[in-house]
Amino acid sequence: MIAHLTTPDTADYLTEERGIRSWLLTTDHKRIGLLYIFSVTFFFAVGALFAALMRLELLTPTSDLVDPETYNKLFSMHGIMMVWFFLIPSIPNTLGNFLIPMMIGAKDVAFPKLNLASWYVFVIGGCVALYSMIRGGVDTGWTFYTPFSTIFSTTYVVGAAAGIFISGFSSIMTGLNFIATIHGLRAPGMTWFRLPLFIWSHYATSVILVLATPILAITLLMIAVERIFQVGIFSPELGGDPVLFQHMFWFYSHPAVYIMVLPGMAVISELVAAFSRRAVFGYVFVAFASIAIAVIGFLVWGHHMFVAGQSVYSAMAFSVLSYLVAVPSAIKVFNWSATLYKGSVSWDTPMLYAIGFIGLFTVGGMTGLFLAALGIDVHVTDTYFVIAHFHYIMVGGTVMAFLGGIHYWWPKISGKLYPEGLARLSALIVFLGFNLTFFPQFVLGYMGMPRRYAAYPPEWQALNVLSTAGASILGIGYLLPLCYLIWSWRYGPPAPPNPWRATGLEWQTSSPPPKHNFEVTPIVTRKAYDYEGMKEELGLV
Amino acid sequence: MSSTEILALREQYGTSDQQREVSTIGMWIFLATEVMFFGGLFAGFAIYRMYYTQGFMEGSAEMEIILGSVNTAVLITSSLTMALSVYNISIGKQFRTYLLLLTTAVLGLVFLGIKFTEYYLHYQHHKVPGIWFESSSPHSGAIELFFVYYFCMTGLHALHMIIGISIVCVFAIRTALGRFNARYHTPISILGLYWHFVDIVWVFLFGIFYISGLHR
Repeated sequence: MIAHLTTPDTADYLTEERGIRSWLLTTDHKRIGLLYIFSVTFFFAVGALFAALMRLELLTPTSDLVDPETYNKLFSMHGIMMVWFFLIPSIPNTLGNFLIPMMIGAKDVAFPKLNLASWYVFVIGGCVALYSMIRGGVDTGWTFYTPFSTIFSTTYVVGAAAGIFISGFSSIMTGLNFIATIHGLRAPGMTWFRLPLFIWSHYATSVILVLATPILAITLLMIAVERIFQVGIFSPELGGDPVLFQHMFWFYSHPAVYIMVLPGMAVISELVAAFSRRAVFGYVFVAFASIAIAVIGFLVWGHHMFVAGQSVYSAMAFSVLSYLVAVPSAIKVFNWSATLYKGSVSWDTPMLYAIGFIGLFTVGGMTGLFLAALGIDVHVTDTYFVIAHFHYIMVGGTVMAFLGGIHYWWPKISGKLYPEGLARLSALIVFLGFNLTFFPQFVLGYMGMPRRYAAYPPEWQALNVLSTAGASILGIGYLLPLCYLIWSWRYGPPAPPNPWRATGLEWQTSSPPPKHNFEVTPIVTRKAYDYEGMKEELGLV
Repeated sequence: MSSTEILALREQYGTSDQQREVSTIGMWIFLATEVMFFGGLFAGFAIYRMYYTQGFMEGSAEMEIILGSVNTAVLITSSLTMALSVYNISIGKQFRTYLLLLTTAVLGLVFLGIKFTEYYLHYQHHKVPGIWFESSSPHSGAIELFFVYYFCMTGLHALHMIIGISIVCVFAIRTALGRFNARYHTPISILGLYWHFVDIVWVFLFGIFYISGLHR
């Protein structure tokens, strides 16, 4: 599987066609991946702006920068933007779109027009949500709990829900496309157990995308019906059951957590193998761990409702199942660590992010076990402990993996090399800033500081100041890559086809790849991560 | 390989067999999402029917059972004509396929006509929640909830019918233009899957809304 590192005479996917039209009407999965990179970066910036305002407000114990109503809108819109318009599409629709066809040796995804349609649907959904935020925002929290969202709130609930509803179809289209692509378009010789683990994780993600997202769609539709017609579906005054809403919402939103983190795990498997120069330890276990997470992830939603009045027996069942879902996640962490053992580890930027991911994901995962325990959960429900826990997964996990992946595949995407020293520095800044932001929140939460309040008792100020300081460092850590990656797109030195000397079909084609990825359809004869075979072929043994 | 077939083969596929297989997988996955989509509503309906058994029985008694039964027959017949379309195009009978697809579309329109007649009757009986709802029953709240689910679920089903009928019409025209033949007819088979799915959803809707209150 070693590259024939020839430069093709034909133009690459970036220069094949020029002009704005060729981008907006493209069906090339690589160009659509880039369109997604721009869009999710934009929505991330919007969400980060809301977060920055929240952290500034929490600098002082009193609610002085913004009033509590505005604060309610800030955390709601931060959640909506980050969850649905950044985290859900972050890795699958950008790196997944770009890499899945190349990794399996295909020319494109199974349904390229559907792929382009998914981007348009996503952007329309994002614009609808953004418009309702500009018009006055929404204050229900990202969870839209009834009856507040349907009877009492006077903000733009239907607009925000419509934006999310629309973007949901983009998720479904992407998931459908990935499953069909992975089933049907693998190159000759690319058997299921020769697939990179990136593909296995994205397969598991896609299954969740297609099976969970419709439930969110129907739930939001019911919210809109109840709110517009004032008929009882979820509101107790009108004969409905608010706990049913929570069941339906979390039946999507808990699996959605795995939509966000499984693609992160996909990236980490690639990075750890490439920078340890070893096959991922226990390939089959890691592959099936992804599937297990997707399956068990559908059965744990009730752990969000331990205090919502569900029966104690179902709470116990959900608690046990939540412990169970930690097992495949732990398998992954152990196997990545075992891959490092006796590997020749190098500390390039992507690896720094990967190691950061493993540490932070472990902290996030272990505190998740606290929350799966019924007694402790009652104590810390709706406190900053929960906030810190899921930010360790979402930001410490997914965003770290996203940045690591963007760095790792940047030479392939752009055909340019980024400045390594600066990149290592900013990886360090992100790691420090992240921990300074969110670790104090564990302590605050354990002391009892509730989430979603604009004011707090003065004795918690010191920890909140630390958190806000961390957030500003984190902000710098995110701005740096944005600047130097854009700079390198124009001025960076050209990248060779395989700058990391990694295995994987995506490195066998030129950087940037030609329009149909490969000059000749590759024939696969080896398993994934065959670094031993690569050494032999290069005569290093 | 016929010329139609070569034209229809997209560049990401190696062979037309591969294209047919992957397209079919795509439709099955889509149907799985549809099962979940309607499944959320079926689950909610089931839970409320347990909470408010009496009210939901009374709601079911308000259904137009004759119209509903006729409609079920119409829709199942349309499934037959759709199945025959798929069969006939697979043996290359283009004109017969064209006629069968048109029949399917007409049956779909008849279904919608009867469905909207029912809606009109519910409106006349003041059984449209949020717009005009009156009931003297002590269970009026539950009956209203019953009708919320009724209108949401049959409304979404009708939306699927409208989309289905539009595509059937387009494919009928494309069949008449000779775009499909015995070797290349994947789009019609896939449309068939969709149509049968929408019909099956109706069979379940008929069961939970019309039949469930019958034994009174």
